[in-house]
Amino acid sequence: MTDIPLATAEAVLAPDTGRRTAPFIPLPRNAARAATLAGAVVTIASTFMSWTYTTDFPGDLTVSGYPGGLQVMTLIGAIITGVVALGAFRLKGAAWLNPSRSNNSVLLLALATLGTTWYTVIDIAAKLGGIANLDPGGFVAAVGSLLLFAGALALPIDRRPQEPADAEYYELGRFEKSALVVRSYVWLREARLHHADMRVADARKLNPWLQRLVIVVVYALGLKILTFGLATDYSDIFLGYLIVVAVGLWGLGAGGLLRQFQQLTHRNKRFAATVGIIAAAAYPFAQNNEHWANLGVSVLIVGTVALGLNIVVGLTGLLDLGYVAFLGVGAYAAALVSGSQFSIWSGVQFPFWAAAITGMAAACVFGVLIGAPTLRLRGDYLAIVTLGFGEIFRIVVRNLDGVSGPKVTNGPNGIAQIPDLSIFGYNLGANHDIGSFTLGRFANYYLLMLVITMIVVLVFTRAADSRIGRSWIAIREDETAATAMGINGFRVKLVAFALGASLAGLAGTVFAHVTNSVVPDPYQFSGPVPPNSAFLLAAVVLGGMGTVSGPIVGAALLYVIPEKLDFLSKYELFAFGLALILIMRFRPEGIIPNRRRQLEFHEDETTAPGKRPLGDDTVPAATAGA
Amino acid sequence: MTTTIPQQPTPEQAPDGAPLLQASGVIMRFGGLTAVRDVDLTVNTGEIVGLIGPNGAGKTTFFNCLTGLYVPTEGTVSYRGTVLPPKPHLVTKAGIARTFQNIRLFANMTVLENVLVGRHTRTREGLMSALIRGPGYHRAEARSRARAMELLEFTGLAAKADHLARNLPYGEQRKLEIARALASEPGLLLLDEPTAGMNPQETRATEELVFAVRDQGIAVLVIEHDMRFIFNLCDRVAVLVQGEKLVEGSSEVVQQDERVIAAYLGEPFEAAPAEGQQTTGEQENDR
Ligand SMILES: Nc1ncnc2c1ncn2[C@@H]1O[C@H](COP(=O)(O)OP(=O)(O)OP(=O)(O)O)[C@@H](O)[C@H]1O
Ligand SMILES: [Mg+2]
Repeated sequence: MTDIPLATAEAVLAPDTGRRTAPFIPLPRNAARAATLAGAVVTIASTFMSWTYTTDFPGDLTVSGYPGGLQVMTLIGAIITGVVALGAFRLKGAAWLNPSRSNNSVLLLALATLGTTWYTVIDIAAKLGGIANLDPGGFVAAVGSLLLFAGALALPIDRRPQEPADAEYYELGRFEKSALVVRSYVWLREARLHHADMRVADARKLNPWLQRLVIVVVYALGLKILTFGLATDYSDIFLGYLIVVAVGLWGLGAGGLLRQFQQLTHRNKRFAATVGIIAAAAYPFAQNNEHWANLGVSVLIVGTVALGLNIVVGLTGLLDLGYVAFLGVGAYAAALVSGSQFSIWSGVQFPFWAAAITGMAAACVFGVLIGAPTLRLRGDYLAIVTLGFGEIFRIVVRNLDGVSGPKVTNGPNGIAQIPDLSIFGYNLGANHDIGSFTLGRFANYYLLMLVITMIVVLVFTRAADSRIGRSWIAIREDETAATAMGINGFRVKLVAFALGASLAGLAGTVFAHVTNSVVPDPYQFSGPVPPNSAFLLAAVVLGGMGTVSGPIVGAALLYVIPEKLDFLSKYELFAFGLALILIMRFRPEGIIPNRRRQLEFHEDETTAPGKRPLGDDTVPAATAGA
Repeated sequence: MTTTIPQQPTPEQAPDGAPLLQASGVIMRFGGLTAVRDVDLTVNTGEIVGLIGPNGAGKTTFFNCLTGLYVPTEGTVSYRGTVLPPKPHLVTKAGIARTFQNIRLFANMTVLENVLVGRHTRTREGLMSALIRGPGYHRAEARSRARAMELLEFTGLAAKADHLARNLPYGEQRKLEIARALASEPGLLLLDEPTAGMNPQETRATEELVFAVRDQGIAVLVIEHDMRFIFNLCDRVAVLVQGEKLVEGSSEVVQQDERVIAAYLGEPFEAAPAEGQQTTGEQENDR
């Protein structure tokens, strides 16, 4: 234990506050506003024209007077940008989309519009072989969106403060000598947007019924946007959709809209949760398509398992590299008692609740067996042991085939023909008509899995916000201090580990039935198809460690994006790694940050000068001896 | 700073003056380095005892031996007459709480949650009761929160209960460490340089806080380089030099001891350049 005085820390780590508001392109105010609005109008108009001659391009962009395919993305982007811009220009009645009247919001939405439009135009030219394939409409769209973006760049944008003239950039290493590199670096640093301290009107002052109405509308819209994206037929269109949605959400966040919505869900917690569940349950009805129901179940399964992993990794800070094995234990346990003729106990057929408990208990036992010897140690031992366990599980299961070892799991062939579940006489394998909707097999399993996910969410939130959850987080934050506060580190970590394993086991029981069979192969450390341990870990890190929705969102993105972008299939692992690196560099707290909300609520007080960093690791070595 | 004193729910107080903590023959070796050499120290109920010594004297190491973070090479530590096992969580459970010289708060937890973690040993709810959330769970949680808020009130942090610990200014982080330690309802509080890096006003506020803690019947053992602070506060002061206990006694005795002065100023023949330096204070405190 090193004891380092912190007295010098303040000077070294002066808080980075302040900002400046300046346009990127110097133009008179009214010219900038006019350019922005004109750009939006031209772009909107262009979507009613024909962009290309042939229908070879996905989504048929040849029709005049009716936007189709990727034109819809441009249209929606341009309309929203226009309204947000009017809000920023203080037009009454347009502020609701841009509550902080932020030009940053305009800029980012213009970027979304520009991105999707130019992607489309370039894609047309590339796919069909040359810009000759563009109709005038395509050019109008390109010019209009460029005008929109340029206009937005000329608006006063909230940015990071100017770099001090004598600043030194050690991080550039040997490039520090190159004036060009340093100039571009400084330009980039000064270009960083800075709107975290925006002020928005308190949405909690709205009429309570209106608040609920807004929540309902937003969730319905969310479901609509989600299903719209899933229903896109071509990767091209999905990519355009992704640009608009991702950059657009970023832009709406910059305007404070997301924060206002957070205020609403925070105030109406129960109501928001109920509406969220209803929206999730409405998914198979909104889609009525077995393929997408299948996608839904898969996302729920990996999301739920990732949420279980989040207890271990996100809350307790234990790196588990073999977590998928617990899913496997649950799946195999359920398969063995499912009544499949390939099970060694083919006569045994447990009802679902008993199978679920069996799967959980088996996974829990394995969790304790792995955890008990290793959790006493700190550091990387656990990562190595769990990595080993994950592989051992798969190899053992492969070999328990009656040839290399006792016959339990049928080796690589696995346990096939697992019968469909039947709960209270409701056969999940059959189609059921509800009104005009037909719930197919996957839709049935989707609804079952939704219940399981809700249970896991409940377990996660209740455990996290309790004495035991606090001790997990304390151990993650500082194990030495935690034990000095009276926490029995080993015991508490073992509980986290066993609980995480049990939840994965529970999801595994459904997984076995959805896929009809269990085989050893999916339960590996890393591979092209989920679930594997690396995928689950990536879902947690990408989504947001320690949060409820983070891992589910992360799993959904990681599952759906490769599914929709078929050209990625060869580079999937590469794209994965790239996404992780980018997230770790630019948003280490994940897509859905933890605790930030509280921070933001106290923005005014916490940016007071004189705040100091915690812990000695932030003190540069040079000052440590002072 | 408020001086309201929250009621102490564990009134099993021994009469003042009975030995509370007894460390005998504590030796801590790191390889060839002996950081603590055969130190005996007793803290009685109702006392504030100071532990001083130059940098690297082994004060923090001694604390770590007392609280089970280090297993002493030799020697025993007993609390209320029973020998403590060298396990930090059991030491805390027995009734010794501590703060750290290099602040070790749970940075990404709120101020209130930090104190609630300190309540760990005084509550029992496990995973099952957290999942089921019966009336007993809610009662225990409400009691913990009420007690934690009392302690925040006591240390003057109540207004910042919902802030993340890492966003507190430095002086308040030190106070929060004390509040968190007090949450375990200790009989003895160990403070490792509680005023390091504080300005004079903050130091005085901390002085008052330590007195208030003592008035609740909690004995205090405090490491500090600020001599004014130590001599104002302590009933007894022990001086540690190069791992050995050099002197122990009242403030006056320690202040006038030749060996202590020599230890702080160095050996006489080296003392020439250190003319202006007094025995008070080490560089941590001059900001
Ligand atoms: N874990 C360790 N391993 C090896 N040596 C250690 C360890 N911890 C402390 N030491 C050494 O023991 C000696 C005493 O250190 P300690 O931190 O206890 O001093 P201190 O009296 O608290 O000093 P300060 O006033 O600077 O806080 C130092 O020489 C230190 O380098
Ligand atoms: Mg020390």
